[in-house]
Amino acid sequence: MQYFIQQLINGLTLGSIYGLIAIGYTMVYGIIGMINFAHGDVFMVGAFISLIVFLILASLFGGVHVVLFLLIMMAVAIVMTGLWNWAIERVAYRPLRGSFRLAPLITAIGMSITLSNFVQVTQGPRNKPIPPLIHGDFAIDGVTISLKQVIIGVVTVVLLAIFWYVVNRTPLGRAQRACEQDRKMAALLGIDVDRTISITFIMGAALAGVAGTLFLMYYGVVVFSDGFVPGVKAFTAAVLGGIGSIPGAVVGGVLIGVIESLWSAYFSIDYKDVAAFSVLAIVLIFMPSGLMGRPEVEKV
Amino acid sequence: MAEAVSAPRMEARSSNITGAFREAVYTGLVALGMFVLLVGLKTDQNIRNELILVQRWGLLAVFVGVAMVGRFVFAAFVRPALAKRRAARAAAAVPEIVQESFLKKNFNLLAIIFLFIFPPLVVTTLGLQGSLKWVDNFGIQILIYVMLGWGLNIVVGLAGLLDLGYVAFYAVGAYSYSLLAIHFGWSFWILLPVAGLLAACWGVILGFPVLRLRGDYLAIVTLAFGEIIRLVLINWTAVTKGTFGISGIPKVTFFGLISFDVSDPNYIAKVFDLPMSGVYYKIFLYYLILCMALVTAFVSIRLRRMPVGRAWEALREDEIACRSLGINTTNTKLTAFATGAMFAGFAGSFFAARQGFVSPESFVFLESAVVLAIVVLGGMGSLTGIAVAAVVMIGGTEILRELSFLKVIFGPDFTPELYRMLLFGLAMVIVMVWKPRGFVGSREPTAFLKEKKAVSASFTKEGHG
Repeated sequence: MQYFIQQLINGLTLGSIYGLIAIGYTMVYGIIGMINFAHGDVFMVGAFISLIVFLILASLFGGVHVVLFLLIMMAVAIVMTGLWNWAIERVAYRPLRGSFRLAPLITAIGMSITLSNFVQVTQGPRNKPIPPLIHGDFAIDGVTISLKQVIIGVVTVVLLAIFWYVVNRTPLGRAQRACEQDRKMAALLGIDVDRTISITFIMGAALAGVAGTLFLMYYGVVVFSDGFVPGVKAFTAAVLGGIGSIPGAVVGGVLIGVIESLWSAYFSIDYKDVAAFSVLAIVLIFMPSGLMGRPEVEKV
Repeated sequence: MAEAVSAPRMEARSSNITGAFREAVYTGLVALGMFVLLVGLKTDQNIRNELILVQRWGLLAVFVGVAMVGRFVFAAFVRPALAKRRAARAAAAVPEIVQESFLKKNFNLLAIIFLFIFPPLVVTTLGLQGSLKWVDNFGIQILIYVMLGWGLNIVVGLAGLLDLGYVAFYAVGAYSYSLLAIHFGWSFWILLPVAGLLAACWGVILGFPVLRLRGDYLAIVTLAFGEIIRLVLINWTAVTKGTFGISGIPKVTFFGLISFDVSDPNYIAKVFDLPMSGVYYKIFLYYLILCMALVTAFVSIRLRRMPVGRAWEALREDEIACRSLGINTTNTKLTAFATGAMFAGFAGSFFAARQGFVSPESFVFLESAVVLAIVVLGGMGSLTGIAVAAVVMIGGTEILRELSFLKVIFGPDFTPELYRMLLFGLAMVIVMVWKPRGFVGSREPTAFLKEKKAVSASFTKEGHG
């Protein structure tokens, strides 16, 4: 039982990171109906940015001030990944809006290849390890929760609360929801659709940037190819939760994380990705609109 | 008089220039923000294996400068020129009927003739050893992708089913040939159809559960299946030897009459009294893949005219209309999946025979993305376009290996191979933004009244999968 709870907690931690990435997928899909394939690599760029910020801070301040460091890393990662995703949308997706459906998917795949190889070329192909930032864990009834996991949980919950507020209670969120429902009508009612879409990309990237910082903090290592697998799993999470639904993305992320860690704990660690992908296939086949998605109604 | 005309034009030009300058400054700021950490600083390991930062401000300045100059030139000169050309085209509303030139009319025929005389041409100009690289790295490599592109075209271009896991069937073909050839010693010519059949079976197996899905959902589930097959290949070490891969895969023989193994009594050099060389095998493989690719093209052209091909295209255009006209969409989708997968299986067994070694490394998602990119960049459904796209994308990245003069410019540490995939990704983006409909953006109608008229791609719709 303790072992089970331990794995459950590990899964929740992993799932929070997936959930944060998944929100970026689900929002972009909701608003312009494309799979932003480069999103996983934006997450990787976020991890790299926080790695570099960490090294700068470590050389400036000498010692390690955990809270300050983490906050600065996250802030810089949010700004930078936001800028990257904004530029990517501007260059690769906006000219193709209104083009046929496959075109943005292809540029997104191209952008994903470009980003990971760009980081490989500029930062080198090797693993980038950092010394562990945070030590300490709590032991409750034989179950250990590390401080890292607590921080990941807290950051995720705080971010989701802010995010929920922005989407549901502000004019910006209203504009986003309007664009999601009907872009043409929203434009007729005076919403700057291009700007709203840009902001959506920036918001998604900001969450991916935070996820990158948390990923770096949790695993202590990052490499240029780290974007693909978490990216696909986060997309799986978004689909599992019902694509377009933000709470769904979080629930899907947590589910994927839990399934993955329970599977590796009880069955086979080699096949953990197979488990995650099989869940995706099974859910889509039997419940095509996901757990919390609206069923797709076909109009003729 | 002349002055009066040119004054406003001058004004427009100067405001153009200032506007372009402003844009360039903004672009420079954005580029500075994007690259300041990732380019300006490099993480490196020191002797104690700790990460340290290396400063590269000069390189950062180059990046920002290139972005600014590029944006300035685009905004000041390229964009007005493009706008003028578009205006001129719009003014000439009725397009003249231009007699197609001989070259354009017979492009396909000439290209096929060229492909058949390519190896002798290279051998006579560069000698036996010099031709090896051109036949193998360029000829065979590109033709494999042409064949994969034409195979995937059946699924994506004709039936409109977006498949991101095509490489799985390629892997099935490659592994079935290598395993069966090693364990049972069967020849390539028996195993080629077997590998195709097995891949087609997998196409049906993987296609069956996803029949109800459409569009992007279908894409993501096929991606998942592709990854699952690769992960099984990695982890099922008892059969596939995992990441070590399978080596010692037997070579293809010329229907058992002529062999390309030096130890064989029927070795080609002994039979024809030729000097010993590895080139014969490569040239033989070249013709083999050329014929296989042409068979793929022939089959898909003929299938398009058959009821099943028309059903595929109807399915792509409108699934509901298709179903209400009594077409069995289940069978239609499954045949498309199976046919596409079969050609991937053929190509896979060829790949295994050519390499002599297969490992899961060769069947990553990137390969699926490359093949899909070739199909889409080629114009979805146009066989010529796909071949052109394969030559441009694969040939372009292969040629990068050859550019040794770049070492002179950028110093001896410069390795062009490193930039191969980076440039491939950028090329995908640029070509797509520049020509969203692909290189050959028109479709030949299959059903027509009296005479064929090319349909501009902007009038065609692609289905929702």
